[in-house]
Amino acid sequence: MATGTETTLDAAAPPAEVREKINPLLAIWRIIRRYPVLPGFIVALLVIAAVFAPWLAQHDPLIGKLRDQDRPPIWQESSPISGKEPKWEYPLGTDPLGRDMLSRIIWGARYSMLIASIVLITGAVGGTILGLIAGYFGGVYDEVLMRMVDLTLGVPFILVALATVVVFGSSMGLIIALLILFSWSGFARQVRAETLRLKASDYVALAIVAGASANRIISRHVLPGVVNTVLVIASLNIGQLILTEATLSFLGVGIPKPRPAWGSMVAEGRDYIDTSYWMALFPGLAIFAVVFAMNFLGDWIRDRLDPRLRQL
Amino acid sequence: MVVLLLASVLVFALSRMSGDPRHLFLSEYTTKEQWEAWGREFGLDRPYYEQYFRWLSGAIRLDFDISVKEQVPATRVVLRKVPNTLQLAVGAYVFAMVLGIPLGIFSAIWRGTMLDLVARGFALLGQAMPGFWLGIMLILIFAVKLGWFPPGEKGDLRSIVLPSITLGWYAAAALLRLTRSAMLEILDSEFVKLARAKGASQATVILKHAFRNAIIVPLTFAGVFLTALLTGAVVTETVFGWPGLGRLAVQSVFGTDFPVISAIVMFATAGYLAMNLLVDILYGVLDPRIRQS
Repeated sequence: MATGTETTLDAAAPPAEVREKINPLLAIWRIIRRYPVLPGFIVALLVIAAVFAPWLAQHDPLIGKLRDQDRPPIWQESSPISGKEPKWEYPLGTDPLGRDMLSRIIWGARYSMLIASIVLITGAVGGTILGLIAGYFGGVYDEVLMRMVDLTLGVPFILVALATVVVFGSSMGLIIALLILFSWSGFARQVRAETLRLKASDYVALAIVAGASANRIISRHVLPGVVNTVLVIASLNIGQLILTEATLSFLGVGIPKPRPAWGSMVAEGRDYIDTSYWMALFPGLAIFAVVFAMNFLGDWIRDRLDPRLRQL
Repeated sequence: MVVLLLASVLVFALSRMSGDPRHLFLSEYTTKEQWEAWGREFGLDRPYYEQYFRWLSGAIRLDFDISVKEQVPATRVVLRKVPNTLQLAVGAYVFAMVLGIPLGIFSAIWRGTMLDLVARGFALLGQAMPGFWLGIMLILIFAVKLGWFPPGEKGDLRSIVLPSITLGWYAAAALLRLTRSAMLEILDSEFVKLARAKGASQATVILKHAFRNAIIVPLTFAGVFLTALLTGAVVTETVFGWPGLGRLAVQSVFGTDFPVISAIVMFATAGYLAMNLLVDILYGVLDPRIRQS
């Protein structure tokens, strides 16, 4: 929203002599307005943290030193309950088990990214294929698919996820499967609508007349037309996905403990809110920053690739 | 209708996969005869499809069996909690409307100004903030540090403030964005330009022409809001210990109280479908353009 239309105006190049006079601060401000610099930076940081977690994290995320339990962040004088002083080793403090908050957040980034990317790719591919089939062939396929989409939208996802995890026990695979079930329907619905539109176009009609098989038409003529839509939906969905995963982890049915997940870290911090605020604050900030950056980038990508979807 | 049926299959399958319901109701001291008799009485010796139809015919009559924990009908357990969640929902919706609509309107009118920037920033923040974290931070600041509001538990009127803000924040952000884009579109339309050309003042244009058309947004949004409500309530009520549907749902899940879970899921799904229908109808009533098409 912030970039996009307004910026095309100031993109018009000013005359040469004016351009000389633009002061560097203003130039930087322009770049910040036109490109998502801050969100891009956050995402880059996240990816680096996720990929290099074992090297970046200075401490074991699972095993703490009891001697260093409940250290406050470095800018604080001492911890309100234990009176312990901060240590430079633990810039964001430690939890009551003596585990380093920063290391846990870095490892949390890895799990968060891992789950988000698996779910998003599977959901996007699956949803696109189903959407193409339903849109192109119509009839029974369409009817069945749309009812399934209605079901995933109508049923309260969090509750079903909670119940499923309680029944089958918590595991990474189950959480990923549940999130995929939750995320494919958006793709399928939009791709189906696009496919219906493209199917009515002249070039598809010509391809049919020319005797192309359904397979060929879908893969050569329809699929390229929906790729942009899929990318846009994926970029808009990723923030929501991370938020949902964090919520499940917060409720205790997400990434199984003791693996560090941002959501469950906030949940742990909740019990110590009146004394050790840093336990809930920092993991939450991490979720918040990442989702914010992803949403912002999503909007930006949508405006670039497919402004028609603005109302989405 | 089909969706409700599918949802019922899903719920039933989940409740049966959790194991023989007898394990939940009967203690380890029951004899084999009692076990069998109990199974016969509730049809557990029948094949699954027969059990399902038995369950379904109960569900249609709003009878979801007896809550394992409370030993009263699950429907009653659920209905008891509805008023509390509704209070919270009303509080959240009021918060979202009071904040979202005016900000949306003004940021559209004064587009590109400082206010617009702040409003859009608020919207972006609101949509990125995890509800559970927002709730905890509100408790930290306003309950623990400042002591203005109670940190949780339902009490006097003050106790509803923080949960309402937590639940309504996301909605406020979404409402702001929707109102803003609707206003922008209308301010750019032909009839507004005509009104301006005829010499109508800014206030007249906005109040009589633009606002009237933009007000439809919050209404359609009510539908979206209510569908997201249960998810939001689960989180908010967990954080604040609010005795509503969301907390009941979480407690029932962890206590494997499947009659109650089934009732909540079915009610929520039915509510979602009914809400969608209602919004479609209302939309047609309020906007003549849709009625004609």
